[in-house]
Amino acid sequence: MNATALLSAAKDGLLTGSVYALMATGLTLIFGVMDIINLAQGILVILGAYLSYALQVHLHIDLFVGLLITIPTMFLVGIVIERAFIGRLKGPEKTAMSILVTYAVSLLIEGTLNMVFSTNDVQLQGWYVDKSFALGNIHFAYIYVAGFILAGVLLSSLYVMLYRTRFGVSIRASLADQTAAALVGIDVKRVSTICFGIGVAVTAAGGMIYGATNSFNASTSYDLISRLLTIIVLGGMGSLGGAMLAGVGMVFVGDMVGVIWSPIWSSMSYFIVLTIVLLIRPQGLFGKPVVRVA
Amino acid sequence: MLQMKNLWWFAAVGALALFPVVEKDPTYMAIGFFTLVYMACATSWNMFSGYSGYIALGSAVFYGTGAYTMSLISIHANMAPGAAMFWLVPLGGVAAMVIALPFGWIALRVRRHTFVVITIAVFFIFQLGASNFSFTGGTSGLALPFITWGASYYFVPFYFVALGLVIFVTVISAAVRRSRFGLQLLAIRDDEDRALGLGVKVTSVKIVGFTLSAFTVGMCGALYAMEQGQIYPQFVFTPVFDVSIALMTFLGGLGTLTGPLLGALILESSQQWLTVSFSNGSLYLILFGALFLIVILFMPQGIVVYVQQRLSRKADLARMAEANVGTSDVAMAGGSH
Repeated sequence: MNATALLSAAKDGLLTGSVYALMATGLTLIFGVMDIINLAQGILVILGAYLSYALQVHLHIDLFVGLLITIPTMFLVGIVIERAFIGRLKGPEKTAMSILVTYAVSLLIEGTLNMVFSTNDVQLQGWYVDKSFALGNIHFAYIYVAGFILAGVLLSSLYVMLYRTRFGVSIRASLADQTAAALVGIDVKRVSTICFGIGVAVTAAGGMIYGATNSFNASTSYDLISRLLTIIVLGGMGSLGGAMLAGVGMVFVGDMVGVIWSPIWSSMSYFIVLTIVLLIRPQGLFGKPVVRVA
Repeated sequence: MLQMKNLWWFAAVGALALFPVVEKDPTYMAIGFFTLVYMACATSWNMFSGYSGYIALGSAVFYGTGAYTMSLISIHANMAPGAAMFWLVPLGGVAAMVIALPFGWIALRVRRHTFVVITIAVFFIFQLGASNFSFTGGTSGLALPFITWGASYYFVPFYFVALGLVIFVTVISAAVRRSRFGLQLLAIRDDEDRALGLGVKVTSVKIVGFTLSAFTVGMCGALYAMEQGQIYPQFVFTPVFDVSIALMTFLGGLGTLTGPLLGALILESSQQWLTVSFSNGSLYLILFGALFLIVILFMPQGIVVYVQQRLSRKADLARMAEANVGTSDVAMAGGSH
């Protein structure tokens, strides 16, 4: 092992981590605003990847151009799921129920994807997928850099939307306190539906990059969702900044472990980091501590 | 009333015990065996998650631990293949308890929502570990001493041991529910802060409940490994197991005694039957998901509670009808309760 290999792994960790940060931000946004844990996020990423795949294979649309179609499509898919199933959940067991409902939704999608696309692994193709450029000793694959830029652009537009627009204020108010937000006249239900849509829409971009850098089929979603859940718990559930930092941080740690020891242990290192952090800080890095409710 | 209830339990056990006498086809015997294993697992899961309200999605950790305990001991002790291996089943449970103590201690430091996610994360640690360590045989798994009972007889002992397990777990679950400990678990479900304020040692109660539930799931895992004769990490540490037992319990009725038994009976037997009949996994996933959604959205309290509510409404209506006929009947109806 040498310095170049380490540096290269660090670069991969940062570039890939940003894509995970994007996917995890959608998940934590949904939890923060709605108290919903969306277990379907993993399969929705795969659905996003398959949409890009279908557009590419059947209509010969470039992956990045295809995002203009897949992002709005996934936004609508999110709205439909929220309106049809999630919005119906009420009461104190809402979060527990949401886990089961979104799991059921992910089974439905998984079964359908298996039937339509079969269970054979596929990978997205483009001229930029296998090519790279060099800066000094370090090689940068175009697709990883593109994923980093895409994640950066989407996360910054999300940031602008949240902190610079009136709708963003209502989202942040709902994140802080749903009842209080409703009392000052915010339509929390509408905010929730749109947030779910946004949280799902990011999977189109995340899925496209994921699909171009990994081979996948519908069952890949289990691995994805476990990583995404780990990221949002580590960052503190409901914390957007926490999800971004934990996303980049965990993939970075995983890649470093992969280079220093063995790639076998890189996934395991995620969960060990998570366990250690939770022992010290049960609410995660940026989570709100548990508040007693009378 | 109590007499009548006991009679139903005896009838149910009798019917389950008669199944292998009537049904000789090994295919259906296997379905019966798996159904019983899942009935025991769902009841174990309900014993902690149903009573305390802490939904755990990592029970496969205990199932897998039980399975690996059975496999490793029977292999390394060079056990003669046969009925003597059944004695390892409780050991599988004990091993699962040993794992559950630190697991529970870490995971139960946080409240409900985060707890679910941590159980999933711990589950993946174990799945990855089992696939990568050398003593677990990696992804090629482990082969147990080969049991040479004939095809027609093979499932009979397993079936009855599984039935014994179901009875054992159900009795424990009923005892827990009636005990002071069970009431403490229920109090945590209803209002953890108030329970804490009233002097319930919530952390230790939760850890004990979690460990107890791990014990019985571990026994089921050990039995499963012995029946299979060969285990693979991806089949004993599977996320599908975690979600299946949760779904079975929700379908039957979370926190009830009969709910998980009924839910597992319906779901596992139909799943096995669909697999045998259609062998199309994707179609099964879609059916399973759709059923799941229907149950949660339209009967969130589960079949058992739903039926109870319908029956008591019917009884109320009947009583109201009687009240219209004459007031003396109402007095009698009231007296019979």
